[in-house]
Amino acid sequence: MSEKEIELNLPSQIESIDKAVAEAVKFASESGFSDDALFAIDLALREAMANAVKHGNKFDENKDVNVTLRHLSGSLEIAVRDFGSGFAVEEVPDPTNPENLLKANGRGILFMRNFMDEVDWENPSGGGTIVKMVKKH
Amino acid sequence: MAELNISERQAGDVTILDLNGKITIGEGSVALRSAIRRLLGEGKSKILLNLGQVGYIDSSGIGELVSSFTTVNRENGQLKLLNLTQKVQDLLAITKLLTVFDTFDSESDALNSYE
Repeated sequence: MSEKEIELNLPSQIESIDKAVAEAVKFASESGFSDDALFAIDLALREAMANAVKHGNKFDENKDVNVTLRHLSGSLEIAVRDFGSGFAVEEVPDPTNPENLLKANGRGILFMRNFMDEVDWENPSGGGTIVKMVKKH
Repeated sequence: MAELNISERQAGDVTILDLNGKITIGEGSVALRSAIRRLLGEGKSKILLNLGQVGYIDSSGIGELVSSFTTVNRENGQLKLLNLTQKVQDLLAITKLLTVFDTFDSESDALNSYE
């Protein structure tokens, strides 16, 4: 199957989360992903966007969130970049530890890892964070 | 149409909130938080959330359920969950929150469980 790619630049607003998710689900649906895979993509991208808007760009509307969707043969690659101060994913507490179960936050990364086949974080030279996720057919 | 619609019923001293829609970051989470605060303000602290029509919840929505649970507990109340859809049940299992919440498939069983 031929490669397709879409790039979105969205302001750091809650509304951008739904916009990005709607585009990604449409893109993935047209690329032949199953309903279960569409649910996984929806949830994982929602979490990545929420992290970028809230924790990365801290709702600074002068900073965009860049989203790239790429369909290669057999997989969908999603990259979400913010322009915040970056973070170390290994320092995020495990929300399933008993002492963290009643915390209100911190489950987004768990969902991204559970529902996607690959998830990686990069701190690019220009600043911010890029999370790259792959969903296979 | 709102992302999350919430309607209220009373069964004895238990207040049942029937939720319909999505509990996600923004409007859905805020609607749930507001409803719980309002009930506690009215002295209603035995609360049953009927999630039968909630097919989608994100980590923010899960966080709101946890916050609601701890807030109600602090007021010496009880918050329990009814009619989890498979997707919501899966998400609560992944987060190990099925060990925290009392969950029910039967409304009468849920109502009988309140002290």
